[in-house]
Amino acid sequence: MTDLSIGQTATRPVGRVSALLRRAGADWRQYVIYIGFAAIFVIFALTLNDKGFLQSNNLLNIPRQASVVAVAAVAMTFVIASAEIDLSVGSLAGLAGIAAAFGSHHGGLVMAILAALGVGLLVGTINGLLVTIVKIPSFLVTLSMLWMIRGFGQWRTSAKGQPIAAAAFKTIFGSNSMRIVWLVVFAVIGTIVLNKTRAGRFVLATGGNRTAAEFSGISTKRVKFWVFVASSVCAAFAGMILAANLNNTGKYEYGNGLELSVIAAVILGGTSLFGGKGSVPGTIFGALFVQLIGNGLLLTGLESSQLDIIKGGIIVVAVALRRERKGVR
Amino acid sequence: MADHRDGGTNSPDPVIAMANICKSFNNNVVLDSVDFELLRGEVHVLAGGNGAGKSTLMKILQGVYSMDSGSIEINGQRVNIGSIHGARAAGIGMVFQEFSLVPTLSVARNVFLGNERRSSLGFLDDGDSVERTRAVFADMGVDIDPTITMGNLGTAYWQLTEIAKAIAQDAKVLILDEPTASLAKDEVDALFALVRRLTDNGISVIYISHRMDEIFRIGDRITVLRDGQRVQTSPIADLTAADVVHAIVGRKVESAFEWKPRSVDRSGAPLLEVRHLNVGTRVRDVSFTAHRGEIIGLAGLMGAGRTELARALFGIDHIDSGDVLIRGERVHLTNSGNAIAAGVALIPEDRRDQGLVLEHSVRDNLLLTLLGRFRRGPLLNDRKGSAIAAELIDKLSVKTASQKLAVGRLSGGNQQKVVIGKWLGADPDILIMDEPTAGVDIGTKTEIVERIRALGDLGKVVIVISSELPELLAVADRVIVLRSGAIDRTIERADIADEHALQLAIQGVAP
Repeated sequence: MTDLSIGQTATRPVGRVSALLRRAGADWRQYVIYIGFAAIFVIFALTLNDKGFLQSNNLLNIPRQASVVAVAAVAMTFVIASAEIDLSVGSLAGLAGIAAAFGSHHGGLVMAILAALGVGLLVGTINGLLVTIVKIPSFLVTLSMLWMIRGFGQWRTSAKGQPIAAAAFKTIFGSNSMRIVWLVVFAVIGTIVLNKTRAGRFVLATGGNRTAAEFSGISTKRVKFWVFVASSVCAAFAGMILAANLNNTGKYEYGNGLELSVIAAVILGGTSLFGGKGSVPGTIFGALFVQLIGNGLLLTGLESSQLDIIKGGIIVVAVALRRERKGVR
Repeated sequence: MADHRDGGTNSPDPVIAMANICKSFNNNVVLDSVDFELLRGEVHVLAGGNGAGKSTLMKILQGVYSMDSGSIEINGQRVNIGSIHGARAAGIGMVFQEFSLVPTLSVARNVFLGNERRSSLGFLDDGDSVERTRAVFADMGVDIDPTITMGNLGTAYWQLTEIAKAIAQDAKVLILDEPTASLAKDEVDALFALVRRLTDNGISVIYISHRMDEIFRIGDRITVLRDGQRVQTSPIADLTAADVVHAIVGRKVESAFEWKPRSVDRSGAPLLEVRHLNVGTRVRDVSFTAHRGEIIGLAGLMGAGRTELARALFGIDHIDSGDVLIRGERVHLTNSGNAIAAGVALIPEDRRDQGLVLEHSVRDNLLLTLLGRFRRGPLLNDRKGSAIAAELIDKLSVKTASQKLAVGRLSGGNQQKVVIGKWLGADPDILIMDEPTAGVDIGTKTEIVERIRALGDLGKVVIVISSELPELLAVADRVIVLRSGAIDRTIERADIADEHALQLAIQGVAP
């Protein structure tokens, strides 16, 4: 309470006009990701037209390549909005591909999918229980989980790629059109759940003020548990897209570093790192934005190492424009 | 219900009947066979001093604590309130002092939090909750845009939103705990008008307050608790302010703390002089002086500006105008470093938040303010530090197994001693203590009272803020009574007959 009232007591809505003005003022910062996406897109369209930027295949590559990050990031939006973090999604995506390969040898396509999602369910349950029951901070739980999963995958496969013995798997998860379909499906479901269901509202309340949520009759433990389960299952799904796309093969290291791209997409999209605020469409555009920059800069002939530097810089600028700072609302 | 003061116009059926409620914490009896009855549409004031049992009784009603024995009936039916949820289902709404709102959500979403409006498909219907919130606010006669984000609104609006939240959940009983503490005068008027509107609609209000003027303005009946027992329930119209104060204070034959008159030499120049100090709206034109060896009591109701004055003198709150002179020299108190350099120390009200690093050892906490004293070159001299800590622990008789024990594991009283020790080591000339005896046991209270006297005898200025009047009366040479941020009166201790008289002065009802 004290933390909120300082500097706010003087804020009184004098009338609807000032309220509207203030909301409009707050709004453009919320929409930085969309403005940034549009601005960069226009710049690339004007400068890189002769290099084929606007060709439909190049443009469609952006959502295709963003699909892995986007699918995992939809669930990460819920995790971060509830004021938690999940660092295990990258390793888990790698392990899910291995599990799919393993399942495919025992029951084809169906078992491949069930095995991958089952691994996600298991990891999510463990993460959720450790955070809510054992009460270890999620940063530590999922950081440990990151190493354990990666080590387990490397050990069980002797660090070799595991082919998925189901050709349909590649079509369903890895084909050009299906990758875009999955991105859209997760975006729509995530948006509806966060904005239109009690579950979504409970997540925002839990992250915004846990005590207030408890006093409003919300079991914040249950909310946090399910958020981790959702995160891991979606990460496993992202892992299937990843594996299908990499020669229909699962390998422990395929998801390395994915968690960072996922978190970057969520934060770029306007979800508060301190919880309580979140936007799934923002997250999707966050993932597309990073891919757009990569796509355009690659066309200019930059090396991928130079690309990383520019990407990092642009993310800092975008987040700074949003003014996401501690203690500032 | 034309005349609310009458107290007899309410329909006779009780909404809540609590009978023979008993509650103990570790053999410490907090409530002893307390009866409490709330009638439909009445404002029932619950009064009593610190530790009288008010908040425990209300927490039992809200399902936060369970009672040891007794019964609760709601609308004539015996109920078993096991949880916050259960209380809400029974129609009891609490307006929490520490607000239960989520700053990142809109007003309407907060009002329906945990109770969301849904369409036939099961999806949230924000349009509907906005409309209903608007309707609730219209009923309440307040003008808040339900779509605005909670965090953009000021304190008064948070409180109104809390009330709207309770009403939207169909609460028949509202508990308001010191609701006016952070409100300006016109906001208080609006709140009282709202309370009247609610009671006219059949909602009952339990109103917890220490302020006599409010009690008489808004209350229909009053129940006074003292030391865990009910001492009085009657229509307010039958009582005078003196009656109420008397019931709250009781006739304590012997006080645990005896006043020992001290002689203070006020002939020379004062050590501390405050001239026309203004701090925001909370401290207004405050002037006073203090001489070496003087102990000043700061009294007043919650929100009277005591804590704000203390914070300003310690350089935390920004001083808008006025001067502070220490040893005759004007000092600029722009941060706590300045204040410490000028010889001022503040022992804050909330020791767990502001006074101690709970995870750190007793030793490290004691030495935090005097790290400069035991350096050897750029490094800290451990042996010397331990010696200083040991001396302080001994001087204050802190009960701790070792210097290295985490301070969070000590009892409240011993934690408070560590906070005091932390500042004693720094040897300030002016020591401000905000509620130094809150939440400590009686034995430690006695020690703290003696410690304050000893500091005065050493020639320091001690400013004590306390809501516990016996302690204040035991140590103060002079009592400054604050009201709405300004000095209402300054009374020599010798001119205060007893706690009763001081309470009346604080309430502003004494001649």
